[in-house]
Amino acid sequence: MEKKSLLKRITGSREASLVIVLIVLCIAVTIKSPNFMSAQNILEILKNNSVIMIMALGMLCVLLIGGIDISITSTLAFAGMTIGMMYKYDKIESTFLGFLIATAMGAVCGLLIGVIIAYGKVMPIIATMGFMYIYRGFAYLVAQDQWAGADALGSFKDFTLSNSLSFGLINNTITVTIICYIIFFIVLKWTKFGRCIYAVGSNAEAAEISGINVAAIKTAVYTIMGTLAGLCGALATSVYASAQPNMQTSKEMDVIAACVIGGVSMNGGRGSVLGALLGALVLSVISKALPLVGINAIAQNTIKGVIIVAVIVLNVLTQRMMDRANLENREM
Amino acid sequence: MKKKVLSAILSVAMAATLLVGCGSAAEEAPAAATEEAAPAEEAPAEEAEAPAEEEAAPAEEAAAGGGTYAFVSKSAGNPFNERQATGFEEAVADLGGTAIIQHPEAPTADAQITVIQSLISQGVDSICVAANDENALQAALEEAAAAGIKVCSVDSTVNVASRLTHVNQAGVTEIGQCLMDAVYDITGGEGQWAILSATSQAANQNAWIESMKEIQAADSKYANLELVEVAYGDDEPQKSTDQTQALLQNYPDLKVICAPTTVGIAAAAKVLQDQGSSVKLTGLGLPSEMAEYIGDDDAHSCPYMFLWNPIDLGRLGAYTSAALVSGEITGAEGDKFTAGDMGDYEIVKAGDGGTEIILGAPFKFDPSNIEEWKEVY
Repeated sequence: MEKKSLLKRITGSREASLVIVLIVLCIAVTIKSPNFMSAQNILEILKNNSVIMIMALGMLCVLLIGGIDISITSTLAFAGMTIGMMYKYDKIESTFLGFLIATAMGAVCGLLIGVIIAYGKVMPIIATMGFMYIYRGFAYLVAQDQWAGADALGSFKDFTLSNSLSFGLINNTITVTIICYIIFFIVLKWTKFGRCIYAVGSNAEAAEISGINVAAIKTAVYTIMGTLAGLCGALATSVYASAQPNMQTSKEMDVIAACVIGGVSMNGGRGSVLGALLGALVLSVISKALPLVGINAIAQNTIKGVIIVAVIVLNVLTQRMMDRANLENREM
Repeated sequence: MKKKVLSAILSVAMAATLLVGCGSAAEEAPAAATEEAAPAEEAPAEEAEAPAEEEAAPAEEAAAGGGTYAFVSKSAGNPFNERQATGFEEAVADLGGTAIIQHPEAPTADAQITVIQSLISQGVDSICVAANDENALQAALEEAAAAGIKVCSVDSTVNVASRLTHVNQAGVTEIGQCLMDAVYDITGGEGQWAILSATSQAANQNAWIESMKEIQAADSKYANLELVEVAYGDDEPQKSTDQTQALLQNYPDLKVICAPTTVGIAAAAKVLQDQGSSVKLTGLGLPSEMAEYIGDDDAHSCPYMFLWNPIDLGRLGAYTSAALVSGEITGAEGDKFTAGDMGDYEIVKAGDGGTEIILGAPFKFDPSNIEEWKEVY
């Protein structure tokens, strides 16, 4: 009886099946490349994918309310490029101010999108497609045919090299990622606002009738997404010591993929912070591992796609098994 | 009511998009904008539809000055393209002509075709294009040639049928030789080295890599050098970082990474320098992006790197255009002309069967000149 319930628990939870996928992936790669699980390597994986991981949190909320946002990397580039230029022309020096400006810009960008979607009743994919071009265009306008390189960014790029935030424990980039995950975990699980997000995504009409201001929740969610994109603009500029107007182009698909791999439903109402984290980790491990295990460079994207599809199929199957098990329980 | 709100918002969004487009065009095409503001502002959004309105301005200028020379870059938003355009404008100003600079909104052949067609209807004297695709521009450029416009390419070539001649920043073999010598010099003549490229389909990257391999195989001097891998970072910082880290892990004895791409070399430099790796870097990079990483000591990852001077490249493009328009050269092999204060150039046979003009050897950026060049581009 005990054994059965353990087995059931593993096969019965999407998150657990993802953990298994992740472990299998890591073991497979470690066989080919023994250093894969070294502390240094794990640090590099987390650092190089922090931007995707953080934005996956925002995308989780957006998908939870049944929306989508494909403008996020444009917002990221607009915010990142703006502070890049500010450092380049010595308008600001403080690292904190850079992060503050980028994050605030992202919030305003997201708010605008949210208002248009929630109060203008525009389809999210259409609205954010428009803003994808608009904000990307802004990034080019701000850039004025220039890039902000390592030399121009001064001490700003040192932020992601140091461990100051956690008093020497762990790299700042990772600290920021962890803080974001803790906040979102708490908010989505234990606050009224978090429950409202799930309610809106499950059934917007029912939520409206039960007294939830659906439009306000939607606006808030897109604002949160924009805020995270702005934060990631500063983070990406610092991590790569470079701001370019085309930065992170088309990476919004990776962010959406991370959520979908993590079991977040694109129809809204279903998904968890843990799922988004695991989804993002699977993607990160894949992109880190492919060049390491000596797969032909030209084939790497294909393999990446195949693994993503395989994981999602596995995930859907788990979900179906879970639903069937639930139904059986109900019959009894 | 809802529909009204929706349509109002959509109209605002459309107007905003138009504004964005026009704003960038006005800044990107200063020469065209000065004489006649209105047509230039309409250019990007309505190039195809509104050629008639645009015709007036260049025609007047042509009568007043020494001809109208157009330059079509690869795309907006890239410092390298921008400096080419600056050089082109400078040289045209020296010649007393009018320069029309067009940066397509996207780095695609489609965007360039739209721009070229509008230039044909403007009746320019010459078009100098840095092509996004070798073959896709053929129809548009043949149409231009049929209209009496002198066509040449610069930086990135179009096929032989589409051009009179090509202004090449440096021959493929010259670049290959330069990079190979740098690898030889930095490794000390023996050991493992790797290449970090952009995408696996980039024609210029592949030509340079192929040339490096040939040079290495042809001379026994390089016998002790081992090229362990060609990695592709797709010109994305994130992927280039993963690829560089993988190279370091997979080849502990690696001595040098050669990255002939501006995004890749900057990402690799950051990885090497942050890790304090003993692996050194060389390749082709932008001075402003690379200034932080260039130095002779252990604290810097890149002892020296190369690139051509985009300003001179643009200037030579302008002088070539002018010489073609005046009939001084026809684009045939052996033609000679003087490119202002840049000196004399001769048209030579190109690898693809056409002709080309070679600017010179790649320019070397090292600790002695990087401070000065990082301000330029």
